[in-house]
Amino acid sequence: MVSIDVWNAAVDFPIFDAKSRSLKKAVLGKTGGKIGTESKVPIIEALHDINLSLSHGDRMALVGHNGAGKSTLLRLLAGIYEPTRGSARVEGKVAPVFDLGVGMDPEISGYENIIIRGLFLGMNRREMERRMDSIAEFTELGDYLSMPLRTYSTGMRVRLALGVVTSIDPEILVLDEGLGAVDADFLEKVRDRLKEMVQRSGILVFASHSDEFLLELCDTALWMHEGGIKEAGPLREVLTHYKGRDPFEHLSSEAHGEHEDSPATIGSEEA
Amino acid sequence: MQPTSTLTAPSEPPPPGTSSRSFTRAFRDLSTGFHHRELWLHLGWQDIKQRYRRSVLGPLWITISMGMMVTGLGVLYSQLLDSPLSLKLPHLAVGFIIWNFIRGCVTEGTEVFIANEGLMKQLPAPLSVHIFRLVWRQTLFFLHNLVIYFILLAIFWMPIDWSVITVLPATALIAVNGVWVALLFGVASTRFRDIPPVVESIMTMALFMSPITWGVFEITQKPNTAWRAIFADINPLSHYIAIFRDPLIGFDQHFYHWVVVLGLTVVGWALALVVLRNYRARVPYWV
Repeated sequence: MVSIDVWNAAVDFPIFDAKSRSLKKAVLGKTGGKIGTESKVPIIEALHDINLSLSHGDRMALVGHNGAGKSTLLRLLAGIYEPTRGSARVEGKVAPVFDLGVGMDPEISGYENIIIRGLFLGMNRREMERRMDSIAEFTELGDYLSMPLRTYSTGMRVRLALGVVTSIDPEILVLDEGLGAVDADFLEKVRDRLKEMVQRSGILVFASHSDEFLLELCDTALWMHEGGIKEAGPLREVLTHYKGRDPFEHLSSEAHGEHEDSPATIGSEEA
Repeated sequence: MQPTSTLTAPSEPPPPGTSSRSFTRAFRDLSTGFHHRELWLHLGWQDIKQRYRRSVLGPLWITISMGMMVTGLGVLYSQLLDSPLSLKLPHLAVGFIIWNFIRGCVTEGTEVFIANEGLMKQLPAPLSVHIFRLVWRQTLFFLHNLVIYFILLAIFWMPIDWSVITVLPATALIAVNGVWVALLFGVASTRFRDIPPVVESIMTMALFMSPITWGVFEITQKPNTAWRAIFADINPLSHYIAIFRDPLIGFDQHFYHWVVVLGLTVVGWALALVVLRNYRARVPYWV
């Protein structure tokens, strides 16, 4: 059973500057008498009062201004951060895509990088080797896969990372924006692949500023504001409040027609 | 309206056992980490290949540089301490081989999470994956260095007998210790960034304070100097060195070295488990 449940979760980051992080202060601070019971380390409350329940078939968009806590929430949902207060339970195989460059070794070949990334996502070597052909085909990298990764352009790296993550059938897919560096043709392919995946896989959480992308992949939305949930609900409704206007008004003339067959994507239908 | 309900608060209260601070979670971290062995075996080996990429001799350099160092130091110290080379060189070489492993686990252990910050913030994986990767990498270095022992054995024919077999459990025990050391120091250093340089300087000092370049048999050979053995006995590291070295070079084995090492293993693991229980979930916040 694939599910994400979050109860009253908060994420606080302690900010250690060089002084408070040092042993000297921790040791001498105690011997020197009282400094007060107050925590000496300043804290940034990145998320607070998060209550959320996602289950199979949920496709949630995450919107909000920079610094609203979108990425932190994604990491919480991916199980990277465990809540400082409250609790969270993530059941299912999570495939997060945040920074596409991290976890890639520039000195080894694309092929090797695919294997390593797959291993990190819980696959084994044989399973990854079996998928190699389809990844090579999807990414269109061809012979480049045997070249060291440092010879790749940014867009090519993005292709590689997306190729891996979309090939492994994760139960929970957590995507952060950053698909910008690829060309339009490939974006189209990614979109198709993601759509297809979302139908099979359990849960998608997607943070993006691209209304069009959100419209196609998600049906519900969560508006983050200053670390809390400002609004949760159907995609179109939340986006309208977030933007102050209906983002799909003018979109409908060119894009709506092509999505007529899948009304679920605009959030007008029950999940 | 309907989709709203799927996003709001979970209907049931949080089940018990979702707390981050529990021994269950700590043990699960270790067991799932170990279960991902394909990952850390691969990464550890990759680390070594990476270091010697595009060099002609590749990882053979590990063996060569260790071989050069122990030969030079062995010749020098056999003169300084008046020991025959056939006794001194194997003693010093085997000491350095195991020292390298211990030092690697300790000093690199302090950096194990700090160095993997990017990975830890991007991909959810048990903490212990990074630990196992480190200990495995050090084991590979160790195996490369072990070649030197066999070369020395072929040259000097150290007087070993069947009791050499104890070197196998000794090596395994030292590796098991490597795991708790890296875990404990890794978590502590992520929180307190002064620990890595402190540990680094202690380990540099410990190299000279431990019976590696010198042996107890040398410092106690003059009359009325038997008390000097205490220099080795009060140093916990010398017991780790002893259980590995003594069988390999045909020295008499002493049971008390094992007792000390086993005791330290239990204490160390207990400490590491408590730290893992309490601070496992904090490490991604600290890196």
